[in-house]
Amino acid sequence: MQQDKVESLKTLKDIHGIMERSSRFLSLSGWSGVWAGCTALVGAAIARSWLTAVPGYYHRIYHDSEPYEQMEADYQSTLVKFVLLALGVLAVALAGGYYFTHQKAKKDGVSIWNSSSKRMFAELAIPLATGGVFAFAFLWNGLELYIAPICLAFYGLSLINGSKYTHSDIKYLGIAEVLLGCICLFVRGYGLLLWTIGFGVLHILYGIIMWKKYDS
Amino acid sequence: MIEQLNKLFDSRIRIGIMSALMVNETVNFNELKSLLDVTDGNLATHLKTLEENNYIKVHKGFIGKKTNTTYTITKVGETAFKNHLKALEKIINDLG
Repeated sequence: MQQDKVESLKTLKDIHGIMERSSRFLSLSGWSGVWAGCTALVGAAIARSWLTAVPGYYHRIYHDSEPYEQMEADYQSTLVKFVLLALGVLAVALAGGYYFTHQKAKKDGVSIWNSSSKRMFAELAIPLATGGVFAFAFLWNGLELYIAPICLAFYGLSLINGSKYTHSDIKYLGIAEVLLGCICLFVRGYGLLLWTIGFGVLHILYGIIMWKKYDS
Repeated sequence: MIEQLNKLFDSRIRIGIMSALMVNETVNFNELKSLLDVTDGNLATHLKTLEENNYIKVHKGFIGKKTNTTYTITKVGETAFKNHLKALEKIINDLG
């Protein structure tokens, strides 16, 4: 009889394990994180060089002698350049992330587009899209100061939300991003630096940890 | 109703298939294969048994040129599996 109990407990445990594994997308590659982090670092370096190379942007308040229209036009074109850079970084990061995850899924013998990955992407997309709208609206209203904190906080929330359907470790990365985003709201002038830490350094660290834990 | 262990769920693989289908709307053959770590033939046999007992439903489809066979759980299967779980829990609790 005792034997039955041990058997039953083991079976229940197996059932729980299979339910857990089958509802999570576990082929997210650590390399995706490293790639996204490196892309962010390159993007941030380009942004930094632009900031110092375009005095019209950095010191626009102090150039009283410049005609207002000229200043405004410089500002607008610089802004467009930054938005294009940001979208470019996002596209390169996503493309690489997709590639590495696709490779890992192939190795694991699962489809990258299965029921759990679809659920994971949907959960990731909702806060992320909301953050995108917020970032755009703040930019629209001339509040560039808040772009970095919004990106960090909403991205973090998106990871926390998606963590139910993939490795739960992603949740800790999410919490770290949210914290950085909140700090970023209060420290002026460090937006790009904190953005670089959040999207560059943390991604690389996380990617290496994930790679060691699950890929190798 | 007296809960009894279901003979069909004696097999680790059959119980694995049912567990996966309980928490996912659909699961395809390859997902099940990697999840349960079984050979094609072995998995196919167990799926057939479950299908014959009307516990699961088979949907044959294609992704491009590759066949994509997916499975869903039926109401009958869901009830049977839940009863099996209850029976397992009963064994544990009664002997506690």
